[in-house]
Amino acid sequence: MAAVSVRNLRVALGGQPVIEALDLEVADGEFLVLLGPSGCGKSTLLNAMAGLLEVSGGSIEIDGVDQTWASPRDRNIGMVFQSYALYPNMSVANNLSFGLRARGMPRAQVEERVQRAAALLQLEPLLARKPAQLSGGQRQRVAIGRALVRDARVFLLDEPLSNLDANLRASLRRELKLLHQRLGATMIYVTHDQVEALTLASRIAVLHKGRIQQLGTPAEVYARPANRFVAGFMGSPPMNFLEGTLTMNGGVPHFTAPGCEFELRDCDFGAAAPMAGEAVVLGVRPEQLRIAAPAAWSGVVTLVEPMGNHQVVWLECGGASWSVLAGSDARHQRGERLPLALATGSICLFRADDGTLRGVTA
Amino acid sequence: MNKPAASPAAARRAPNPAHLALLPMALTALVVYLGSMLWSLRISMSSSRSLPMQDFVGLAQYQRLFANERWLHSLHNLALYTPLFIAASLVVGFLLAVLVDRQARAGGLLRAVFLYPYALSFIATGLIWQWLLNPELGIQQAVHGWGFAGFRFDWLVDQDRVIYTLVIATVWQGAGLVMAILLAGLRAIDADILRAARLDGVPAWRIHVSIVIPMLGFSFATAALLLLTAAVKLYDAVIAMTQGGPGTASEVPAKFIMDHLFGRANIALASAGATIMVLTAVALLAPLLYARRRALRASR
Repeated sequence: MAAVSVRNLRVALGGQPVIEALDLEVADGEFLVLLGPSGCGKSTLLNAMAGLLEVSGGSIEIDGVDQTWASPRDRNIGMVFQSYALYPNMSVANNLSFGLRARGMPRAQVEERVQRAAALLQLEPLLARKPAQLSGGQRQRVAIGRALVRDARVFLLDEPLSNLDANLRASLRRELKLLHQRLGATMIYVTHDQVEALTLASRIAVLHKGRIQQLGTPAEVYARPANRFVAGFMGSPPMNFLEGTLTMNGGVPHFTAPGCEFELRDCDFGAAAPMAGEAVVLGVRPEQLRIAAPAAWSGVVTLVEPMGNHQVVWLECGGASWSVLAGSDARHQRGERLPLALATGSICLFRADDGTLRGVTA
Repeated sequence: MNKPAASPAAARRAPNPAHLALLPMALTALVVYLGSMLWSLRISMSSSRSLPMQDFVGLAQYQRLFANERWLHSLHNLALYTPLFIAASLVVGFLLAVLVDRQARAGGLLRAVFLYPYALSFIATGLIWQWLLNPELGIQQAVHGWGFAGFRFDWLVDQDRVIYTLVIATVWQGAGLVMAILLAGLRAIDADILRAARLDGVPAWRIHVSIVIPMLGFSFATAALLLLTAAVKLYDAVIAMTQGGPGTASEVPAKFIMDHLFGRANIALASAGATIMVLTAVALLAPLLYARRRALRASR
């Protein structure tokens, strides 16, 4: 049984449709990440699931019960906000217990639940403090605790780590993953950070313009992006693109662009056989390239970004800007022409007209 | 290491532009406000009548003041008026602010409608209130005209109730100001906090009582501060609506002072009254200012 199932959902904000005809099934115990750029409708979708936004059509089922029109308090969900949204005038203990007390739960039971959540999140020494006396990471742990005490089956997390600095974000990310493994609850997590998506998710839904562009495991979404948007959004630095055409050379499909011809070995084109003259866009990830001969491409260095354990070399390559990963000890000068060879992995071909995936090499 | 740093003495010598810009205001405050206050204090210890005299009679004027039936009545009226006025303005202003905040679309219009009274002079609106409350002209007469002959609303001419008509009329003016201040505070509250409370299943009234009002502590203290000063200097509403009557039932200290200053040619007694009012105001404001600072620190 699906923990959350969204069918044909439509949401409009101020008369402007933000989400149109969206379907999404989230399995019990799954960690689903809604990933997309700002304004893609991911937070809107989350708020609609929480009941904080009225939907204009479709249905939302949580734990097998239709909750489309239920009030937020009756949906049996816990939610964590980007801004933490702690009650500033209450101590940590009261932040955790306020909702339970307002619902009229017996005092002993409230106490027991608060203690349990505090133990799980290591909040015991902080219970008497006010939110203003906590660090960003501690505040976010309290916010998670406030969602936990309700014993919800589904947790909604709206960019919970975005307000934290980089180190803290990485450590809380690991804590969150461990927490999910311990609780086994369903989590739906909104982020624009593809690293968070790749590390946390059991499945990723990539959203753009109110539509799910692709839904799949992190590995699938990374290796077989459904279209150019997903390919360009996932990965840092993003995938390199080159416009060209398909040609047939001795019965084997080739990718041809000015100054470059490349054999597409063992390429899976799906149902439609490759045709000579098809306009396509080649997609290669930076880590699939090596600066070495024999060269399949070449490019002129425009920028070098040292990243500590590696460098990102940016090249001008057939009119497009490409990036390549190089070792940290490599020395490259601006203006230098470098040969590029394909190292490993599959490369992608997209249709030039609508940007959908045309084929992937083995 | 030996970076030439500006010495503290040099920094002190250089004129600070901000301080220079504030100088005219500082001089005004010093000479006009503090100077007049000290002058009033001096006059209150003389035997001046219509012209200032330079003699010294100690606290004789204060003894006369507190033997004066009309002054005592004024103080009593103000003591009755002030808490009612502040409490009612805060309650009505808060309810208005919540209403306006919720109805975001009509908010601009509502805000203008309720803020206008504050922009008008009370001499003008007080006159309208006087007509409305006058039993021969206003509400009572209108209800009689609709056929309810037994209806009575003559507080304006009732010795025991006239002070409440002052409360009603000035709350109508003060609530708009409170609304504007609290609305700014309400808008500053993170909407996610209210969403979180809704998800927590907290009823709307409880959200307001347990979360919103405590978060508005600083705004409430600011509003109370302004209302308190307005109450202490209550004058124009009395002049416009009741002239202190019927009898002396709506006399207030500010009116007592003005009457003795200009009407009855007794500036020494008036100055004594003014000094008492300043001391009372300071005594009342000090705890409020302290509470406001604490609320500010807590909100950070």
